[in-house]
Amino acid sequence: MENLVIAGSPKTPSIDFNAESGKIVLKGRSIPENSIEFYKPLNDWLDNYSTAPVDQTVVDVRLEYFNTSSSKCILDFFKRLELLKSGGSTDVIVNWYFETDDEDMQEAGEDYEAIVNLPFTIIEVDEI
Amino acid sequence: MAISDVYNFYRRMEDDHIILSFKGAFTEELLTSILHIVERKMEDLQIETKKKKRVFNVLVESFQNLYHHIEEMAPESVTTDTDRSAMIIVKNENGRFTIITGNFVNSSRVAELRQKLDSVNALNGEALRKLYRSKLENDGRTLKGTAGLGLIDIARKSKNKLDYEIIDVTDSIGFFCLSVVID
Repeated sequence: MENLVIAGSPKTPSIDFNAESGKIVLKGRSIPENSIEFYKPLNDWLDNYSTAPVDQTVVDVRLEYFNTSSSKCILDFFKRLELLKSGGSTDVIVNWYFETDDEDMQEAGEDYEAIVNLPFTIIEVDEI
Repeated sequence: MAISDVYNFYRRMEDDHIILSFKGAFTEELLTSILHIVERKMEDLQIETKKKKRVFNVLVESFQNLYHHIEEMAPESVTTDTDRSAMIIVKNENGRFTIITGNFVNSSRVAELRQKLDSVNALNGEALRKLYRSKLENDGRTLKGTAGLGLIDIARKSKNKLDYEIIDVTDSIGFFCLSVVID
């Protein structure tokens, strides 16, 4: 299947979803007015990937900021990953990155970890 | 405004520590420009990363909140360009940022808006986090993707109470002013 690569913009993160390596990366800012529109192709790709995933799927979330409209879409995305994992054909792990001192982004990662049933590693880095 | 008032107008903004002000139609492109200007300014002033992010977040959320609400009231009561326009002001007093917005609201929505603001203001940091988490997990959202989390998020990021006032303009239209401090 095709990989999904989208360049970042001032309001949307860069996307690099690789079906062969099972590596899924979201990086940058997610502050679009209409987040449903932006996240739709990501969900579609994931649904497609779910039909033939590799043994381990690694999700790297490297977000600098996200708006509340994106927060729901990010949750939907994690819910899809949860289903993917419970399907049993791939292991799914999430690496949630936050910049040193950015306790808001750290808390956001902890909130998702509490809501979805996926193994989270919350990782502090100097720069996203 | 008479030409003789221009300097006073400038002076007033300067004395009020206003670094940006805009009145007019709110568009998606406008937010990009405002964010760019305010971010540059914060970089010049070497504002610490954490605060920079909080100012940025509150700015995005207040702007988009307002942007969606303007659309919401559009079908029934927005008849002129004046009603469609809104205002945003960003102040910086020695690293204490204030984001002020002003927009028209349908009077029929005022009670609900007050109730929302007051309920957010009644909560402290940890309670706000819990409310955010439960709404994120359990509530649906509108077709536009708004999740009813905007005001909660603004209060969480600012770490201050939401200062607001709603003025009656006519029987059916009010003007909603919101002032949020990040210090």
